[in-house]
Amino acid sequence: MNSKEITTQISEAADSLNLKKWDYGASFSNDCSVQVDKGEAKQLKASQKQILTIRVWNESNLVGITTTSDLSESGIKKALNQANIASDFGNKNERTEFSPLAKDPIEVKDSKKRNPVGIKKLLDLLREAEVKLLESHESIKSVPYNGLSESFYERVYANSDGAFRSYKKSQAALYLYARAEEKNKKPRSSGSVKLGYGVEDIDIESCIKDASNKTISHLNYSPIKTHKYLICFSPESFLTIINAFSSMFNARSILDGVSLSNKNSIGEKLSTQALNIYDDGLHEKNISSSPFDGEGTPTKRLCLINKGRLENFIHSESTARIFKTMPTGHAGLGSKVSVSPDWIVVEKSEENSALKTSLDHSTYEGEFVYIEELNAIHAGVRASQGSFSLPFDGWLYKNGKKISIESATVAGDIKYLLKNIVNIESNQEVTTSGISPHIWVDELSITGDA
Amino acid sequence: MLSSQIKSNEIIFGSCNKDLLEEIIFYGLGLGADFVEIFIENIDNSSVLAEEDFITSVSPSFGRGAGIRIFKDKKDGFVSTNDLTKNGLMRSVSQAIEMLDITDNKKREVFNGLDKHRDYSLSKKKWINEVPSINEITEKLLVSTKSLKKNNKIITRKGSYSRNLQEVIIASSDGTYVSDIRLHQTVGLNVIASDAQYRSSGSRRFGSSGMPHEFRLWDHEKAANDVFESSMNMLYADYVDAGQMPVVLANKFGGVIFHEACGHLLETTQIERGTTPFENKLNEKIAHESVTAIDEGISEGSFGSLSVDDEGMEPEKSVLIKDGILKKFISDRAGELRTGHKRTGSGRRQNYSFAAASRMRNTYIAKGEHSKEDLINSISDGLYCKSMGGGSVGATGQFNFAVEEGYLIKNGKLTNPVKGATLIGEAKEVMPKISMCGNDLELAPGFCGSISGSVNVTVGQPHIKVDSITVGGR
Repeated sequence: MNSKEITTQISEAADSLNLKKWDYGASFSNDCSVQVDKGEAKQLKASQKQILTIRVWNESNLVGITTTSDLSESGIKKALNQANIASDFGNKNERTEFSPLAKDPIEVKDSKKRNPVGIKKLLDLLREAEVKLLESHESIKSVPYNGLSESFYERVYANSDGAFRSYKKSQAALYLYARAEEKNKKPRSSGSVKLGYGVEDIDIESCIKDASNKTISHLNYSPIKTHKYLICFSPESFLTIINAFSSMFNARSILDGVSLSNKNSIGEKLSTQALNIYDDGLHEKNISSSPFDGEGTPTKRLCLINKGRLENFIHSESTARIFKTMPTGHAGLGSKVSVSPDWIVVEKSEENSALKTSLDHSTYEGEFVYIEELNAIHAGVRASQGSFSLPFDGWLYKNGKKISIESATVAGDIKYLLKNIVNIESNQEVTTSGISPHIWVDELSITGDA
Repeated sequence: MLSSQIKSNEIIFGSCNKDLLEEIIFYGLGLGADFVEIFIENIDNSSVLAEEDFITSVSPSFGRGAGIRIFKDKKDGFVSTNDLTKNGLMRSVSQAIEMLDITDNKKREVFNGLDKHRDYSLSKKKWINEVPSINEITEKLLVSTKSLKKNNKIITRKGSYSRNLQEVIIASSDGTYVSDIRLHQTVGLNVIASDAQYRSSGSRRFGSSGMPHEFRLWDHEKAANDVFESSMNMLYADYVDAGQMPVVLANKFGGVIFHEACGHLLETTQIERGTTPFENKLNEKIAHESVTAIDEGISEGSFGSLSVDDEGMEPEKSVLIKDGILKKFISDRAGELRTGHKRTGSGRRQNYSFAAASRMRNTYIAKGEHSKEDLINSISDGLYCKSMGGGSVGATGQFNFAVEEGYLIKNGKLTNPVKGATLIGEAKEVMPKISMCGNDLELAPGFCGSISGSVNVTVGQPHIKVDSITVGGR
C-alpha cells in the first residue's frame, strides 16, 4: 500500500466512524546493516518497518492519538477507534490545531536518493575498512565497534483538510571505533562516524584515517590537575553542548517550565556579540534534512542567536499560537507535540572585533585544553538548571606539546560558557549534527586525576 | 475451511501456530542454516502524562512484528518485519540466508519438530482486563501532581505512567516453542524548584513486572514527599569541590554504578568484542572480598524479572562475583556459541526489531553486615551520594555518573548538601575499593540501553563505601 492509498483508507475509515477531523504521520523504511569482527561477518541485519501515528479531534475539539505498526484495514480502524477514545482525555488546557502552514509549498530540493548497494557490498566495504584500520598502526588491536548501514525511507503527513506531503530519502552511515593497546598502558579508544546519502557518498578512507589518527593520538596520555583552564571546543563538542541546552530556544520547554528562557527572553544578551547561531534543517550538508516537520509545517532556516542576543524560539503549531507567532517547522507528532532543533549552524558575526584572534587551535602556543568530544550528555547535563559536568576526550596543550588527557570532566554553567567565549575561529567544520568553527572559552573547571 | 486456511497462512496470537512455525524453520534449515529462531510479538501499550493539574498526554499504541535470526557457523543474520504472513516470514528467512551468503545446503541440521508448547501466558491472559483503566490512571496521577504542590518554590510538577503489555511467541530449531505475556508498569514523579537564581530538581520512578494491580497500591503521598524533600534539600546547595575522596553510595538506585561500570563488562557481548578487562579473570579476585554480586530474573514482581527470556530459556540466578571472586558471565545463545560461556536465561531485546543479546536483569550487590551509620561514621571527609542520576561507560571501561542528591561527610556525620558532583573511575580499579557493604539491600527499577535496545532492569545494592574515587565538580 502506498501513502496515497493509506490516506484514502484512513479517510474512509474516519468517515465510517464519523470522525470529521484527523491527521496522520507515517514512516516506511527498509534498512540493512553489517558488523564485522577481524575480517569475519559478525551480524548482518535487515528490517522492514512501518509506523503510523493518527490524531483525531472529537466533538469537543479535544485531540486523541494512537501509534501502530499494523497498517491493515482492521489495524487502521482500530487505531482511529483508540485515538477517538483517547481524545476523551485530550488536553483541555492547551488546544491543538492543524498547522496553518501545512498546505504551504515546501522547498523541493534534489533528494539525492541513492539505490541500494546490497548487503554483500556493505560487508566487503566494511571488511576492507576494518583491515585498513588495523594495519594503520601496530597498536591498534581491534575495531570493537563498527558498522556500515544503508537506509531507504519515506515520510508522509496528511490531514482531513486536504494537506498531503511526502518525501523519499536514502541515507548511509559508517562508524569505526578502534581500540589501541600498548604494554603497561591502559587501552585507548576513539573513532569516527561518516554519513552520506548513499554508501558511494561516504568517504571511507577519511573515516579510517580519522579513526586511526584520533585513537593513536590518545596513546600517550597523562592525568590532568584539577584546575580552571582556557578551553578550545572542537566544532563537534561545541555543537553537543548547544544541542544539550537547546531548551533555551524551545518554546515548548519554556511553556513546560524546564527552560532557562522565558516568554520575554527574546532580545536577551546570552553571549559575546560575535556569536550567531541558526537552526537550518534544510542546509545542503544536512544529510537527514526533512522538508517538513511532524505537523506538516515547512522546514526553514531560523536565526536563534543574533550578535549574541536571543532572536527566535523554535515552535510547533500550539506553542506558536500561544506566543502569537507562526510555527517554525520543528514539531514532532505526538499526543503532546514535541519541539526540537534540526541542524545547528554556529558562525562568527560581523561584530567580532573584541575576539582574541590569536587563539587558533592549530597555532596557539600557550596552555589550553582542547575538548575533542563530550560524553555522557544524558547524565551530566541539567538543562533546566543550566549546569553541566561532562567527561570528555581531549588534550592538554602545554609548552608547545600536546598530551592526551587520561580521564577528566569539564563542568560549568551554559550561560557562563556563552558569556565567556573569547574567540570564534573563522573556519567552520561540518559534523554529523551541524556546522561550527572551533570556539574558545576562558576559565572552565576541569576535574582530573593528577 | 476458509478459517483454517487463513490460520495456517499467518501467525495468529492466541492460536496454535506450531505447523506454520515448523514449516518456516524447516525452510530455513533446508536452505543451509545451522540454526533458525523466530521471535514474534504483539504489543499493547499506553502512557499518560500529568503536568501541574492537567492531563496533557494519553498515548496508546499497538503493533506486531517478527524477528528472524539465522546462524551459520558463528555468524548470524537477523531480519525483522511487520509482515506475519507465511509468505512474509519465508521472505525474511530467505533474506537472512542470502545475507549470510549460504550456498551450501547439502549438510542439513536435524530438526525433529517443535517440542511441547510451553505456555507461560495461560495465567496472564486476564492481565489486560486487570490493569488500571485510563480513568483510574488519570485520577491518581492528578492527585499525585497536586500533592507535589507543597510550596510556591515548586514551579514544575509532573507525573507519568506507562504500561507495556507484550505477548510473545518464540520458536527455534532446537525445538524451543514458548509463549508468554509480559506486563511492565512504571510511574514517576518529577519537580523543578526555583527561588531567585537557585534551581533544583527531584525525581523518583517506580516500576514492576507482572503485577497488574501494583499501580493501585503505589503510595503516591510518600513518593511526593520524597521528591519534594529532595528538591528542597538541593535548592540552595553549593557546588561540590572536585577531588579524590571516599564516598558512601546509597542503596536502591545507587546500584546503577555496579550495573553500568561492572555489570556490562560481565556480558558475553563484551567478551566477543574484546572490550572487557575481566575476560580471562574467571575464578580470580576482581573485587574486594566484601563484594558478592548477583544477576537474576526471578524475583517476583521486580522490573527485570521474566518467566522466560527472549530466546525461550527460563532465567537463572547467576552469582557473578562471590566474595570478590569472578564466578560467571551473563550469556545468551550467541554468547555461548562465540565465547563458550553457558546461557543464563539472559537473552533479551527491546522488541522484535532487535536480535537478542546477553543483558542484565535484576542485578545487585548482596547485603553485608554493616549499618548505614557504620559506613558514614568511618569517613572523616567524603561524600554521601543519596540519589544517583544517569551515567555511562566508555569503550575502555571508564565510567562517570551524575550525583543527583549529595551531602558532604565531615567527621563521620552528614553535613551540607552539594550539587554538580560526578563520580569518575574504572570498574577494575573501583571494585577492589568497595570495602564495606550495608545490611539494607533494596532494588530499584530502571531502563538499560545497549546493543539490543532498551530493556527493563532492576539495579540494587545496600549502602556501600568506596574507599576512594574521583569526584568531578567545580
